[in-house]
Amino acid sequence: MNDLEYTYAVARIRALEASMLNDSDIEKLVSCRSVGECFQMLGERGWEDASSLTDAESVFKAEEEKTWSVIKAIAPDIGVFDVFLYSKNYHNLKAAVKAVYTEAHGGNIFFKSASLSGEYLMSVIENREFFRLPGNMPDAAREAYETLLHTRDGQLCDIIIDRAMLDAVREAGERSECAAISDYAECLVATSDIKIAVRCAKTGKRADFMKKAMAPCATLSCDSLSESALKGLDAICEYLSQTAYSKGAEVLSVSPSAFERWCDERLIDALRPQKYNAFSAGPLAAYIVARENEIKTVRIIVTGKQNGFSDGVIRERVRSMYA
Amino acid sequence: MELLNGIGDFLGSLGTVYALLGAAVAVFLAGAGSAIGVGIAGQAASGVVSENPSLFAKVLIMQLLPGTQGLYGLIIGFVTLSKIGIIGGGAADLSASTGLLILMACLPIGIVGLISGKSQGKTAAASIGILAKRPDQFGKAMLFPAMVETYAILALLISFLAVSGIQV
Repeated sequence: MNDLEYTYAVARIRALEASMLNDSDIEKLVSCRSVGECFQMLGERGWEDASSLTDAESVFKAEEEKTWSVIKAIAPDIGVFDVFLYSKNYHNLKAAVKAVYTEAHGGNIFFKSASLSGEYLMSVIENREFFRLPGNMPDAAREAYETLLHTRDGQLCDIIIDRAMLDAVREAGERSECAAISDYAECLVATSDIKIAVRCAKTGKRADFMKKAMAPCATLSCDSLSESALKGLDAICEYLSQTAYSKGAEVLSVSPSAFERWCDERLIDALRPQKYNAFSAGPLAAYIVARENEIKTVRIIVTGKQNGFSDGVIRERVRSMYA
Repeated sequence: MELLNGIGDFLGSLGTVYALLGAAVAVFLAGAGSAIGVGIAGQAASGVVSENPSLFAKVLIMQLLPGTQGLYGLIIGFVTLSKIGIIGGGAADLSASTGLLILMACLPIGIVGLISGKSQGKTAAASIGILAKRPDQFGKAMLFPAMVETYAILALLISFLAVSGIQV
């Protein structure tokens, strides 16, 4: 990969970053008195006009599509950024497996911005043509579908596909020549493993369940993490305090929402050095994650306001911005 | 033995060729450096202007910064051609040693022009990134690629003094 190939793309991303929301904009959004006021402010910052779209979710989808249309237009090799679509692709796979099993067709259950469409995945699962799937998806899809048929356990089906997604992300990170993508992949897998450990500790899952769900990564030991999870949340915090994720141990004891927020901010922090990189695929990767983070934060604010949460409760959940 | 003497005489008569090679090296390498540098900065400039056309004038100046090495190479090329009489008539009959001296004198601007042109282009591209986010910081952004220029100017100075100082 020649980093100079990205000169045009990085410069365009820098220009786009100038219109991204910063922490002060997010604070202003939280302080807005109504959802309408939020969308008016977002419209002034170049977001899709909410009045022309049916609901808030349409605005978020339009913004997601805008991000990917820019990346597709400027990236010399779009395949480099496939790893950022894995979560959507594997979500679509989960939805397709369950839709075929329940024979429930229709409904807004698929991500349109994924590279594997819902229709395609539905036809693969319906015809049992798993070989038409890329990467490690064939085995995961077959196992998940058969598990669902035999056990009717939707959670087990989710675990199989989520684990396959984490493995795919880790492998993509190892393969990538871009340090930012490798860092992102490692951070995503590690924070996902921590989330699994926390949830399993709270719900009292067994070690073999955790072993099935957690994906190995370089910065955490799955065995130590699952052993800690069996002992409880304090043991997880104690183990994390000895790793690169010690800050996670601190926020874990504060509240679940603070921990979720820390996981997302850890991803952004891993990519923050890309703000000062003038070449390579790194700034594009950081832009994709930063836009996802931005949209997620606005979604939290809007949903909070729609449901009448106080500004304080919403503020506790908003993520710090990349821009 | 006669063959060796013949080869020696032939090489000894190539003074003007060596001097011309020096002029060519100065123009070719420094020009190539500028072309690469302006190309890199131009890609970055295009990226910014496609999102914010109001920055056209500022990024154009940034793009032009790596273009100076090519001009420096051209100056040394002209001075060399003038020195050996290719321009202005009365081409001098140069010895091989004088021709090689002129070739060596042209090397600084050629080599430094090539390297600094590319480096300045990359720095200009990075500075264009500053302008994309903070258009009001034009002065500061321009200083970074301008620093690279220093070394191209030093090479120009040495090549100019050396070519001028050689007795033809």
